[in-house]
Amino acid sequence: MNKQKVIFGGTVIIAVSLVAALLVALVLLAIGASPLATYKTILTGPLSDLFGVTEVLVRSVPLLLVGLGIAISFRSGILNIGAEGQIQMGVLAATATALALPHLSKGFLLPLVLLAGALGGAIWGGIAGWLRARLQVNEILSTVMLNYIAAQIHTFLLRGPMLDPNELETGSGTPQSMRLPDASFLDQIVPGTRLHTGLILALVAALLVWVLLWKTTLGYRMRAAGAGAKAARYAGIPVERYLIIAMLLAGGFAGLAGAVEVTGVHHRAIEGISSGYGFAGIVVALFGMLHPGGIIPSSVFFGILLIGADMTQRSARVPANMVLVLQGVIILAIVSGQSFLRNPYAQERLMRWLAGLAPWLFKSKKGVQP
Amino acid sequence: MSPDVMIYNVLCLAVPFSVAILIAALGENFNQRAGVFNLGCDGIMCMGAYVGFMLPYALKSAALAPYGNVLGLVGAMAVGAAFGLLFALVTVTFRASQGIAGIGLQMLGWGLSGTLFRHFVGGVTGVEGIQVWPIPYLSKIPFLGGVLFNHNPLAYVAFLLVPASWFLLYKTPWGLKVRAVGTHPRAADTMGIHVDRTRYQALALGGAMAGLAGAYLSLCQAKMFSDDLVAGRGFIAVALVYFGRWSPLGILGGAMLFSIAQSFQLSMQVWGIKFPYEFAVMLPYVLVIIVLALARKARQLGPTDLGKPYNREMRF
Repeated sequence: MNKQKVIFGGTVIIAVSLVAALLVALVLLAIGASPLATYKTILTGPLSDLFGVTEVLVRSVPLLLVGLGIAISFRSGILNIGAEGQIQMGVLAATATALALPHLSKGFLLPLVLLAGALGGAIWGGIAGWLRARLQVNEILSTVMLNYIAAQIHTFLLRGPMLDPNELETGSGTPQSMRLPDASFLDQIVPGTRLHTGLILALVAALLVWVLLWKTTLGYRMRAAGAGAKAARYAGIPVERYLIIAMLLAGGFAGLAGAVEVTGVHHRAIEGISSGYGFAGIVVALFGMLHPGGIIPSSVFFGILLIGADMTQRSARVPANMVLVLQGVIILAIVSGQSFLRNPYAQERLMRWLAGLAPWLFKSKKGVQP
Repeated sequence: MSPDVMIYNVLCLAVPFSVAILIAALGENFNQRAGVFNLGCDGIMCMGAYVGFMLPYALKSAALAPYGNVLGLVGAMAVGAAFGLLFALVTVTFRASQGIAGIGLQMLGWGLSGTLFRHFVGGVTGVEGIQVWPIPYLSKIPFLGGVLFNHNPLAYVAFLLVPASWFLLYKTPWGLKVRAVGTHPRAADTMGIHVDRTRYQALALGGAMAGLAGAYLSLCQAKMFSDDLVAGRGFIAVALVYFGRWSPLGILGGAMLFSIAQSFQLSMQVWGIKFPYEFAVMLPYVLVIIVLALARKARQLGPTDLGKPYNREMRF
């Protein structure tokens, strides 16, 4: 059964990708770009040299972390759209912590800074979770609003209280914070590139999320609350509490992503630091079937897409907003495809068809059992 | 400045602010009354804003130039309706999760409008747009004339849409069907109402209105287009529907409350009251959250099957 599910899920994902690619090709044709050439640049361009590969991984680290958090929240039945704002709060909390404690040794400071980032995001996510659990405020609307609010707080702090004094002296006035103390930096993995140890951190986090969701009582209860709140309540699970916990965790992962971006890549808080990772993370999580095992490859794939889109903007003059189009189409295609995933008849029909196509897939089983 | 002049200024400014969210929220009301929660409203507004700007801009030197603005509005509504139908395909026919699909539609509309704009136009360019049209005689009434009758033609349309959508929802067979499929689709189905077809129609209408709301922003208010023109107004419109308890009059009240708050915030800056700009911008969004938290009891008044896909083959 499990093997069937994986095959079926994989088939749907492939079909979804093809549909999305076709739809976006129409848009590319409309703006006079060659779809094939554009896709080729997007998919192969970033992987043509070592630097490109490391840049892809640099992008996939925050995507993976955000995607994990979103997977937790979606699995628990709460739709967290607020990762963008949670990242920014994480960035602010991590930056403030690092700047406030410049003399600590690395062994203390770095974990503290990452923790502060996670806490900042968790608080921001927790607000939406609490509003939903206690006041039944629709979490999609509240997280969207919290995104706009976080963006304004971010801008306010970077232009005011947290502005680098040097910027005032030189008069350039770029809204950014002071450079963080060296002790708060994540180390580079490949010298000369921007790839940092945040990658390892994110992979460990993926493992932890898998353990949490599938091997602990807490995770079981969160998934139960998401799969059927009514049934879970009958079984004695305080659903509201798990909604809040899920949002705290989701926000925490987004905030951690922000802290990792600060300590690993930019080494200071800058404007536009979240650069759409919060929204891309939703697509990453959905594309990875809300499972850490799927989200890891999915985050790398979207890392390629983001870098590739930058390259097409330069070479083929396809605006980088195209990524948003692609993400939107993929989301629509995935949620449409899920209705087939949930439909046992569609699954049965597809498995029959596949079995006729490739009998070796099912050699271990006698016939097809839907 | 005397207080009555201040109030006058705030109110005069509030009406133009309310138009876009009012039209979009009235449209979203049809969606939600039919049981579909369309979060993609924001993305549809982006597309409407783009098309509304683009048609007059592209026709500037063509023979059709005098009709550019009208074509822009019609085009925006057509594109909005098309996006509404796309959303219907995903959520009604494929029965996808409406919340996530809405975010997908929002990204699609936002990204597509930005992509097309950068490709076909590029930088900041203005259009003549639709000018303010004071209603003869009525606009001369002291105080009220300036507040109510000295606006863009679309503002009058928006306010007329309030009674119009009330009439459509409560006094026509179609409105009854819409409310039925949003409240108890199975009963409606049993009575021979096409649930899916009605939802498609409601989504097309809501999409067209969201497109019109977007076109108001680009063609009447800003007289230009940019990526961040809509700035989450679509989400505010969705929240207004909750706040207005799914009634056109309530939505009008909510829209006015928001726009008065917004114009008050702008006026404060004009009056020179020191207040960090970022916090002022934040105000409407904070207000949405507070309003949603306070409006929770209203939920029982709303369409009970909101957000639930209908599957006539499903038992139980």
